[in-house]
Amino acid sequence: MWNFHKWFERHSLILVVGILLVVSIGGLVQITPLFFIESTIEEVKGVRPYTPLELKGRQIYVREGCYTCHSQMIRPLRDEVERYGHYSLAAESMYDHPFQWGSKRTGPDLARVGGRYSDEWHRAHLVDPRSTVPESVMPPYAFLEAKDLRTDDIGNHLRTNAMLKVPYAKDQIENAEADLRAQADPNSDGAGAFEERYPTVKARDYDGNTARLTEMDALIAYLQMLGAGVDFSTYQADAPENQR
Amino acid sequence: MNSRQNASDVGYSPLAIGLVLVIGIALTIWGAARTHDGPFAIQMYTAMGAFALGLFALVRAYITPNPNAVESRYEDGIVKAGVIASTFWGIAGLLVGVIIALQLSFPNLFYFQDFGWTNFGRMRPLHTSAVIFAFGGNVLIATSFYVVQRTCRARLAGGPWAWFVFWGYQLFILLAGTGYLLGITEGREYAEPPWYVDLWLTLVWVVYLLVFLGTIWKRQEKHIYVANWFYLAFIVTIAMLHIVNNLALPVSFADTFSYSAFSGVQDALTQWWYGHNAVGFFLTAGFLAIMYYFVPKQADRPVYSYRLSIIHFWALIFLYIWAGPHHLHYTALPMWAQTLGATFSIMLWMPSWGGMINGLMTLSGAWDKLRTDPVLRMLVVSVAFYGMSTFEGPVMSIRAVNSLSHYTDWTIGHVHSGALGWVGFVSFGALYCLTPWLWRRERLYSTALVEWHFWIATLGIVLYITSMWVAGVMQGLMWRAYNELGFLQYSFVETVEAMHPYYIIRAVGGLLYLIGALLMAYNLWRTARGDAPEAVTRPNAAPAAVAAE
Repeated sequence: MWNFHKWFERHSLILVVGILLVVSIGGLVQITPLFFIESTIEEVKGVRPYTPLELKGRQIYVREGCYTCHSQMIRPLRDEVERYGHYSLAAESMYDHPFQWGSKRTGPDLARVGGRYSDEWHRAHLVDPRSTVPESVMPPYAFLEAKDLRTDDIGNHLRTNAMLKVPYAKDQIENAEADLRAQADPNSDGAGAFEERYPTVKARDYDGNTARLTEMDALIAYLQMLGAGVDFSTYQADAPENQR
Repeated sequence: MNSRQNASDVGYSPLAIGLVLVIGIALTIWGAARTHDGPFAIQMYTAMGAFALGLFALVRAYITPNPNAVESRYEDGIVKAGVIASTFWGIAGLLVGVIIALQLSFPNLFYFQDFGWTNFGRMRPLHTSAVIFAFGGNVLIATSFYVVQRTCRARLAGGPWAWFVFWGYQLFILLAGTGYLLGITEGREYAEPPWYVDLWLTLVWVVYLLVFLGTIWKRQEKHIYVANWFYLAFIVTIAMLHIVNNLALPVSFADTFSYSAFSGVQDALTQWWYGHNAVGFFLTAGFLAIMYYFVPKQADRPVYSYRLSIIHFWALIFLYIWAGPHHLHYTALPMWAQTLGATFSIMLWMPSWGGMINGLMTLSGAWDKLRTDPVLRMLVVSVAFYGMSTFEGPVMSIRAVNSLSHYTDWTIGHVHSGALGWVGFVSFGALYCLTPWLWRRERLYSTALVEWHFWIATLGIVLYITSMWVAGVMQGLMWRAYNELGFLQYSFVETVEAMHPYYIIRAVGGLLYLIGALLMAYNLWRTARGDAPEAVTRPNAAPAAVAAE
C-alpha cells in the first residue's frame, strides 16, 4: 500500500491534482449548499437594502476597520440577548457585501445599536470616545466631521449592488445622488421624494449641521439603522421553517 | 550542459517580463488619469513607480550583463534577498503589533485626533498582513526556493521569473500595506487587500507555482521530497482560496472599493473557509515544509517516519479545509455547518500531532544537541508550540468552550501562541540556518546572541499568551455574569476597564519579542558581513550558560 504512494512522489502533476481534489471537497460540501438550501436565510419582514446615505456610511465603517473591534452578530445566548437584543438572523445581513459579523469584541456588539443612542451622542462619541465613555479605548474619529462626503459615485455603488442581486429599483438607482443628499437634509426639496422611495426611512440631519454633508452624517445614518429593520412581533423563532 | 539548459530556460523571459511591466505602466497611467479617488491615484502612482523601476533594472541587466556572473549550481541570490526581506518585514510587522497593543493600553497617548491613518482599525490589518503575508510569505518564498533546489538537485527554473515573483510579491505588500493606512480595504479579515492588488497577487502567485513546479520538473532525484509536498499544497491551496474568496465587483475600474460577490451568511462562511485555511495552508502547511527540511538538517538526523509523513500530509490537507465554520459558532450560520466544522476541527488534532511527533522524534539520538545548539532548540520549541496551539484549537472549536472564548482575547492569545511560538520560531530557526549557509560563513556571528534571542522571545510569548488567556476567560465570564437579582452584573465598559492591566502585560510581551527579533537582525547582519565568529575572539566561552538562567 505504501508503494502506491510513489505515484505521487514521482509525478508532480499527479501530486498537484491529488492535492487539488483533496482540498476541494470540504469547501464544496460546506459552502455550496448555503446557496441552494432555502431555509439558510429566514423569511422575515423589514429587511431592506441600504439607502444611499447608509450605504456610504457602511463603506466608511468598512474603510475604518470597525469590524476589527466590533461584531455585528448577536448569538442566541441568554446574556447576549439580554445585553444586545434579539439574536441576529441570517436575513439581517442578506444585503451585506461584505458581511461585517466580526470576530472580536474589544468594543460592544453593534448589530442592534440603531436607535439606542441619539445622533448627538454618536457624534460626540465618534469625535472623542472618552468624552462620553471615559474608560473607552476606541480611536477618535473627529476627522469624519471635517470630510465632505463624496456623492458623485453613489449611482455606481447602487448599480454594483444591483448587479449582485440587491433589489434596488430603477428609480432608486437613477436618483441615488439626490436621495443621498436629501436623507441628511429634512427641509430640502428632495426629502419628500426620498421618503417615497424608501418608505420606512425618515430624512433627518444626523450631525447637527445641514450646511455640509460630511462622512459623519453617513456613518451615523448607518449606525442608526443597524438592527432596527426586522419586525420581531411577526417573527416566530420557534416555527419549523425558522429552525436551522 | 547545465548552462545551455538554463539558457533555453530563460529564452524570451526578459522580454515577457518587460511586456508585463509595460502593460502595468499603461494600466496604472490609465487608472491614475481616470480616477476621482485620491487614495486610488496614490496607489496607481506607487505601482507605476515600481513597474518603471523594474523595467529600468531589466533593461540595465540586458544592456550591461555582469561579466563576473558565472552560472552557479544553484540560484541563491534570490534566497539571500528573501532572508533580508523576511527580517525587515518581520521587524516592521512586530513593531506595528507593539504599537496597536499600546493603543489599546493607552488610548490617550497613541491616537491622533485629526487624522485616521494610524487608528487601530487601519493599523490592525497592517499588523496582521505584515506578519502573515510580508514576514511569513517572504520566509516561505525564500525557504521554498532554497529547499526545492537542494532536494531536487536542480537550479531554480524560469530564470528572471523567480525575481519577478520576489519583487512582485514585495509590490503586493507595499500596495496592500500603504493601502490600509489610506483606508483601502475589502473589510474581511486577512483578505483586506483591494481587488486590483488581489489580481496582481494572483498573477505573481501563478508564476510562483510555475517556477516551483518547473524546478521539480528539472529534478535529478526520482522522488519529490516531503517538504516539497507541503510547499506545493501551500501554493496550490492558497491560490484556490485567494481566487474564490476575493471574487468581487469593483464600483468602477478607477476606484479602490469593491463589493464582495457573496453576502451575509454565504460571505461569512466563504471568508472563514479562506481565513481558517490561511492558517492551515499559509501558516501551517508552508511552515511544516520548513520543519521537514530544516529540523533534520540542523539535527543531522533523518525524518523520524516516512509513513507518518504520508499520513500527516494527506490527513492534514484533507481535514483542515473543513474547519472554517468553527469561527461561526452560534452565529446565523446553519447548525449543520457549525457541527461539521467543529467535528473536523477536533479530528484535525490527530494529523497535527502526528506532524509534531514526526518533527520532535527526528531528534532521536540527537537530543543532547538541544543543550548546545540554540538554533536547533528554537526549531524544536517551535514544533512544541505547534503541538500546543493545535491542541488548544480543537478545544476552542467545541461549541461550549467557544461560547465563552469567542469574541474575547482568548482567541488573540491562541493565535499568538501559534504565530509567535510556531511560525515565528520556526522562521527564525530557518533564517539562522540559512544565513551562514548562503553567505558561506562557517557559523553564526554569535551563538550567545541566539541564546538571548531565544530566552527573551520565549519570555515575551509566555507574557503574551498567559495575559490573553486570563483576559479572555475573564472577559467571557464577566459578559455572562449575573447578580443575585438576575440582572447582568457588568456593563460592557466595565469589562473593557478590567482588560487594562492585561493589555499592558501583552504589550510588554510583544515588545520583548520584538527586541529578540532585533537581536536576530543584528546577528544575521554581522554573520553575512563575515565578521569573525565569537569563538575566535572568545575561546572557551560557553554560550549555553550565558542566558540559561
